[in-house]
Amino acid sequence: MGELAAEKHVQYILSVEKRKDDLISVAMEHLRMNGAYWGLTTLDLLGKLETVDVDEVVSWVMECQHESGGYGGNIGHDPHILYTLSAVQILALFDKLNVLDVEKVTNYIAQLQNQDGSFSGDIWGEVDTRFSYIALCCLSILHRLDKINVEKAVSYIVSCKNLDGGFGSTPGGESHAGQIFCCVGALAITGSLHHIDKDLLGWWLCERQVKSGGLNGRPEKLPDVCYSWWVLSSLIMIDRVHWINKEKLVKFILDCQDTENGGISDRPDDAVDVYHTYFGVAGV
Amino acid sequence: MESDEVKLQRVPLSQRPEWSDVTPVPQDDGPSPVVPIAYKEEFVETMDYFRAVYLADERSARALRLTAEVIDLNAGNYTVWHFRRSILEALDADLNDELDFIENIARSNSKNYQIWHHRRWVAERLGTDSARKELEFTKNIFSIDAKHYHAWSHRQWVLLALGGWEDELGYCQQLLEEDIFNNSAWNQRFFVITKSPLLGGLEAMRESEVSYTVEAILTYPENESPWRYLRGLYKGDTQSWVNDPQVSSVCLKVLNATNNCMFALSTLLDLLCHGLQPSQEFNDAVDTLKPSGPDQPDSDLVKKVCSILEHIDPIRANYWKWRKSKLSSAT
Repeated sequence: MGELAAEKHVQYILSVEKRKDDLISVAMEHLRMNGAYWGLTTLDLLGKLETVDVDEVVSWVMECQHESGGYGGNIGHDPHILYTLSAVQILALFDKLNVLDVEKVTNYIAQLQNQDGSFSGDIWGEVDTRFSYIALCCLSILHRLDKINVEKAVSYIVSCKNLDGGFGSTPGGESHAGQIFCCVGALAITGSLHHIDKDLLGWWLCERQVKSGGLNGRPEKLPDVCYSWWVLSSLIMIDRVHWINKEKLVKFILDCQDTENGGISDRPDDAVDVYHTYFGVAGV
Repeated sequence: MESDEVKLQRVPLSQRPEWSDVTPVPQDDGPSPVVPIAYKEEFVETMDYFRAVYLADERSARALRLTAEVIDLNAGNYTVWHFRRSILEALDADLNDELDFIENIARSNSKNYQIWHHRRWVAERLGTDSARKELEFTKNIFSIDAKHYHAWSHRQWVLLALGGWEDELGYCQQLLEEDIFNNSAWNQRFFVITKSPLLGGLEAMRESEVSYTVEAILTYPENESPWRYLRGLYKGDTQSWVNDPQVSSVCLKVLNATNNCMFALSTLLDLLCHGLQPSQEFNDAVDTLKPSGPDQPDSDLVKKVCSILEHIDPIRANYWKWRKSKLSSAT
């Protein structure tokens, strides 16, 4: 069995930070906050967080905050719940939550909750169970779940439960491993896992494992390394992770590595990126 | 991204007379950017001009055209989409034109949350008149990718908010004819059965749907979706599912064919656990599937089923072992 080329992945992430004249970096400019979270957390998982200048990161993160309390994806970008969570997570990673005006951030999140308990991503009103998870995760890190109507938040998530035991992005939406992670996570944070049929969902999740050992996100779709995280952590949260064949999964993830230049891709022989590097390392 | 033809034609903003009064604003990455990025010249220039109108909150026709240029360079930039909406509102623009704009961008950027959210925002404002166009739009996406998650999400929203249910069941049928393994189409079928105001609801549709699903199962018994759909048709009424002869009969048929039995076996397992009294035919069919080798110690049908599943689906051996262990604790 191969090994996790940890050192190569560290070099890859550090090189992404220094990358110049790269169209991929250009296209990711607006979600740099997410990219930073993925990259920094991976470095932390590989024990190399100390190679980063904490003060530089923290000051850049804070420059992305708006009057409303929300954070944008980069300086000069509008606030959104996605980047607000990443910002808070980055600060938590460096143990710098003390720089936050907690009241301000939590107000921003609280006013994104809708009448039916769902959450919008920002003032433009897009609703998705991803945002429910993000809101609950963020408030949980800051110990301010009291700012929102938790009961309604939970009932909205439950309304997105499908007959296969899974969850979609909105009520009636197809069960999808990424959405399931968000819903299970939201229910876990709020102590509401009893709403889940763990045996049924556990089986749906372990059915995501295909012959190659990789995991897909829905029936009859291709496996992708990022599902190592969505499916695996969902199974862990409902105490059913032993239903997956771990050895075969690890082999799949390791096969997705670029052992020469570092980084991990969505499936073997595809191009690597920071997102899949993060989820691949986390899965292993 | 732009075609070569457009690239040749592009005049830098600094050379366009209508932009001569604007001073472009460079990206402020801070003193030492955490993730410094060097850009293609054209991207830099377009973004610098965008930043200028964004900071000045200029909601004009030229600003609208500029957002189109930015979006064309990077459709993932959500801030530009926001600003574009603000301009559309301020100009009270014809949103039908906007639908065409989105359709163009979607051709190369369909897996992009911003486009879908923008489309919904526009459709909401146009109201029920846009239902047909929205259903057409998502159909076009499905002709390229019939499992496109955003498009399905959008289509469900359109049906619920704007209507257009008339042909939906027929459309699901068509998609399933093209690919019976399309889980999204099965999900949509369930959505239509349960939510369409034109059909009688789940119980009324159950009989015809069971027949349809059984046919699908018999064609490809290894197809996960129809097995789950079949169970779903008995939502909240497990006893009816257990007692319906069509359900046990399709299991038996697949088991007797001895090929691709996994879901037939797991369904049989569930049926037995919920009280199905198996006929001798089931015992015979399962005995045929027993792996060769030393005699299985299990005499119980249900235990035999678990053992076979462990054998034919080894990647999920732990799950099948657990199912078997649950049986022991129940007896």
